[in-house]
Amino acid sequence: MKKVYESAEAALDGVLFDGMLIAAGGFGLCGIPELLIAAIRDAGTKDLTVASNNAGVDDFGLGILLQTKQVKKMISSYVGENAEFMRQYLSGELELEFNPQGTLAERMRAGGAGVAGFYTRTGVGTQIAEGKEHKDFDGETYILERGIVADLSIVKAWKADDTGNLVFRKTARNFNPPAATCGKVCIAEVEEIVPRGSLDPDCIHLPGIYVHRLIQGEHEKRIEQRTVRAA
Amino acid sequence: MPWDRNAMAARAAKELEDGMYVNLGIGIPTLVANYIPDDVDITLQSENGMLGMGPFPTEDEIDADLINAGKQTITELARTSYFDSAQSFAMIRGGKIACAILGAMEVAENGDLANWMIPGKLVKGMGGAMDLVAGVQRVIVVMDHTNKAGESKVLKKCTLPLTGTGVVHRIITNLGVLDVVEGGLRIVETADGVTEDEIRAATEATIVN
Repeated sequence: MKKVYESAEAALDGVLFDGMLIAAGGFGLCGIPELLIAAIRDAGTKDLTVASNNAGVDDFGLGILLQTKQVKKMISSYVGENAEFMRQYLSGELELEFNPQGTLAERMRAGGAGVAGFYTRTGVGTQIAEGKEHKDFDGETYILERGIVADLSIVKAWKADDTGNLVFRKTARNFNPPAATCGKVCIAEVEEIVPRGSLDPDCIHLPGIYVHRLIQGEHEKRIEQRTVRAA
Repeated sequence: MPWDRNAMAARAAKELEDGMYVNLGIGIPTLVANYIPDDVDITLQSENGMLGMGPFPTEDEIDADLINAGKQTITELARTSYFDSAQSFAMIRGGKIACAILGAMEVAENGDLANWMIPGKLVKGMGGAMDLVAGVQRVIVVMDHTNKAGESKVLKKCTLPLTGTGVVHRIITNLGVLDVVEGGLRIVETADGVTEDEIRAATEATIVN
């Protein structure tokens, strides 16, 4: 089965619908599926719920879907750096479900691994625990968190082979593997698609079983906080 | 003289022991890395998926794929390993990280911590802070003792939404060092020229002897 598509638009054909849940990889602007996000904007799909650690900045990353008001709800751990997000949230146009960062990552991992829920100590005694089942294990209190199964996962990797085996680079890996596993359909965008056999099977970060469609493209890879020391 | 930001970071660095895996929060905690003695071998974790965080890059070394949890560009070291966010928080939640040094808006005498939101004003999110305080072995807070209005940030009870309950072990402020103990806080150390009475005056929380 052919996984490689010509463009982000072609890869998204037939998988988008209004009101869908999308899981997106990336941390800040690092390792975000920027080409697929732009193509979803162009497709105009509405009322999206997006599970992503962050919401991009005003004019890049998921921020561009906020500008066009295509997002109904975000599931995120940190949404600073985005003025338009704040405006829409404070005016009640946008729903926001805060998840602790590790809980969000584990919810994606669990959803992709067939685990319906898990108990965690994270958030016990805070707003996050309100309305959730509490259970004591070995004298400690835990809360129940649910796995996430998304209609679509969009992720960014460094390299892929044509069977969808993925290799990430440095801290651009972040949420991409767990996000990739929790989608009913997963589309990956990569900097380079290499022939099968040219990736070391011992050094593949995410096996191709999780990846249904693939595109190769040029990435802007914008830097959010450029910090340097003197040479 | 109360401690300034760098003196607070230098004091916090004394908490680190050889061989520790440590997570440093954003702000003053980030400065702690500048004060780790050469003979103390520390591995810094960045919760976006890295162990062995190196210093900021030179202009030539900048790499968009290499950032810390504050989204700043950084570098790798010979010991560095990378992993995904699920594994990163598995090691945090699993108690593998010896120590987290974090900033705070408020700390209470029972170890409650508030550092993620001010309702109606500041809505940014908790990031990884709730996972860190629930999972790491020892939580140290570094912050100013009072806010800009001169009100104590070291309280009997937090007023802001909590990050975790009963999670803080030690508080390092511009005035000194306090431990969370049975019945309240105990003064461990005073900043140079600061008296215990001055700390008591700036503290709303119960101080026990």
